[in-house]
Amino acid sequence: MPTAFNCPLPVTKHETVQMAHGAGGRLSRELTERIFMPRLQNPVLAALDDQAKLHLDSGDIAFTTDTFVVTPFFFPGGTIGDLAVNGTVNDLAVGGAIPRYLGAGFVIEEGFSLKDLETIVQSIASSAEKAGVQIVAGDTKVVQNGQCDGIFINTSGIGTLRPDAAVSCAGLAAGDVVILSGTLGDHGMAVMTAREGLSFSAGIVSDTAALNGLIAAVLDEVPGVRAMRDPTRGGLAATLNEWAEASGKGIAIDEAAIPVRDDVRGACELLGIDPLNVANEGKVVLAVPRAHADAVLRTMREHADGSGREAVAIGEVVEDHPGTVVMRNVLGSRRIVEMPLGEQLPRIC
Amino acid sequence: MKYIDEYRDPDRARSILRKIGSVATRPWTVMEICGGQTHSIMRNGIDQLLPETVELVHGPGCPVCVTPLETIDRALAIAARPGVVLASFGDMLRVPGSCGDLFAARSRGADIRVVFSSLEALTIARENPGKEVVFFAVGFETTVPGNAMAVLQASREGIGNFSELVSQVMVPPAMRAILSSPDNRVQGFLAAGHVCTVTGYEEYEPVAREFQVPIVPTGFEPVDILAGILRLVEMLEEGAVGVSNEYARVVSREGNREAMKTVNEVFEIVDRPWRGIGVIPRSGLGLRERFAAFDAERKFDVGYVRTEESSLCRSGEVLRGMIKPDVCSAFGTECTPNAPLGAPMVSSEGACAAYYRYHRTEE
Repeated sequence: MPTAFNCPLPVTKHETVQMAHGAGGRLSRELTERIFMPRLQNPVLAALDDQAKLHLDSGDIAFTTDTFVVTPFFFPGGTIGDLAVNGTVNDLAVGGAIPRYLGAGFVIEEGFSLKDLETIVQSIASSAEKAGVQIVAGDTKVVQNGQCDGIFINTSGIGTLRPDAAVSCAGLAAGDVVILSGTLGDHGMAVMTAREGLSFSAGIVSDTAALNGLIAAVLDEVPGVRAMRDPTRGGLAATLNEWAEASGKGIAIDEAAIPVRDDVRGACELLGIDPLNVANEGKVVLAVPRAHADAVLRTMREHADGSGREAVAIGEVVEDHPGTVVMRNVLGSRRIVEMPLGEQLPRIC
Repeated sequence: MKYIDEYRDPDRARSILRKIGSVATRPWTVMEICGGQTHSIMRNGIDQLLPETVELVHGPGCPVCVTPLETIDRALAIAARPGVVLASFGDMLRVPGSCGDLFAARSRGADIRVVFSSLEALTIARENPGKEVVFFAVGFETTVPGNAMAVLQASREGIGNFSELVSQVMVPPAMRAILSSPDNRVQGFLAAGHVCTVTGYEEYEPVAREFQVPIVPTGFEPVDILAGILRLVEMLEEGAVGVSNEYARVVSREGNREAMKTVNEVFEIVDRPWRGIGVIPRSGLGLRERFAAFDAERKFDVGYVRTEESSLCRSGEVLRGMIKPDVCSAFGTECTPNAPLGAPMVSSEGACAAYYRYHRTEE
């Protein structure tokens, strides 16, 4: 039977990851050459040295690291590889940095499917390309069956700090407008749906995306952005509570203004989960001086990649209730938005 | 997923609120039996918006909250055994037992898994024939058909490594217990829409007649709850007794006959202890003798379980509608969702958690 061989060649000898793939010998090299190198190609990585030698323009840099342990590895809208790139890119971008270089470390469980590994590495490559960053360092370790859950990925990233972006949540001022780039809860509910096989919410897709393009557009266009954060674990509730605490200001938001997709809201309702507490992987929340709010909203909504199309103002920074986030709900009464607890627990009925 | 926005419409809500204000000529005390409704009331600030004449007291309809401490300790003991997988609904995991919760047991190495239904637990049993899979079957009439179906399927397929640790309870006996109490203040009930979807509301009619009260099944959205309260107040003002269905888009008089048939095949009515309340006669369901092989309590003899409740926690009074959660001296101090003393502080249906999570700002 004729087979279409595309470069890169698949690893043919084994179908799963073996302990020897992480032992530094011939199989390790095969893994590097057949799976990682062809997909993550760039001159720095190609040198195959123990370190990446980088040139950065003069100025300050931002550096961050994050580890990704999500199951399932594939979910509607992305893979653990997309998250590993986008998460680190976004952590740099929300600090006002231009993401440049990433390193990636893999801990893989013996027996993990090589085909799945290829898919994950491919998604890392395409997410990195979309975000305009290079993977310049990498490492793989294989652990015995049962010592990790399939695959864990750590990514670290370096970015050059924009001289014009002095963003810090400590600097929030009363009157600042709080802007959200789009709908809440898509990622968390997509993963929960994929993990638990919940048929009622099958259409929900993760929002995983790199936000450096959107953020750069805002910073290029509008001066004085006060604070930015990607509301990942803990959701919007965690981000806003951290801001309120760090700045000593209050934050007032309006429930009716917060966009949540119908199917995400339905799934949250059924499971007793608050969309405000659910993780997002492609959203940014900003605090900007009121005078610039309209310009920021316009820039976000018009941004070419569509990641800010549904951007809205959801509230403001206030002098009242310092350190606390208060939400005006749809019926007009107000409640405190608490810092969420650790794990989101679906309710019984 | 539709049917949300129209039941959260502020204009409709305000119009019903105005009507409640004009209909109520004197003070009335009504209870929402279901914890899901308590949360919706707090989350939407409905208690703040109601006229002073209408007082809501919160009922015991939180499955996690009323599951006896002894049963939780039993679950902990079973989960600690080698070769056992304990499958549970998510919000049972943080409920405090006498010493620690299921999360703590999991961190000590117990195989405890969160599932969304008993049928998922049955799948785990099917896929792991070498393990004993125990499903923690708690809840009201909403969960019982699924839990019955899992036992029935296990029995049909001969899945011998599946069992259920049962603590099923029912709403009408709890209503009777509340209404029979000498210090009862409740004059009418909002009945829980989800429960009535399964059972129908027919079985509430004798309760209404016997205790001469109005009962109104309704849903969970603000407009549902407000429409239910309005109907209750109208009935109270008229002196009307009986059941009036405000959740007709979901609830029928006879309920889901098929589901109830399955329930009756597998379960029988038994006396059940309710945490914080005590034993309520004929208030629960237990596995019938023919399904004894699937009864975890009989399968795993864990012996005498010595239980110890927190001496500070007043969740029993909260569950009977005697006090509001924030009256308890431990509320928000010794007892928080992070470190709960009582079950109502844990669940997304518990009244204490609702007060903690949605407590309002100082105006």
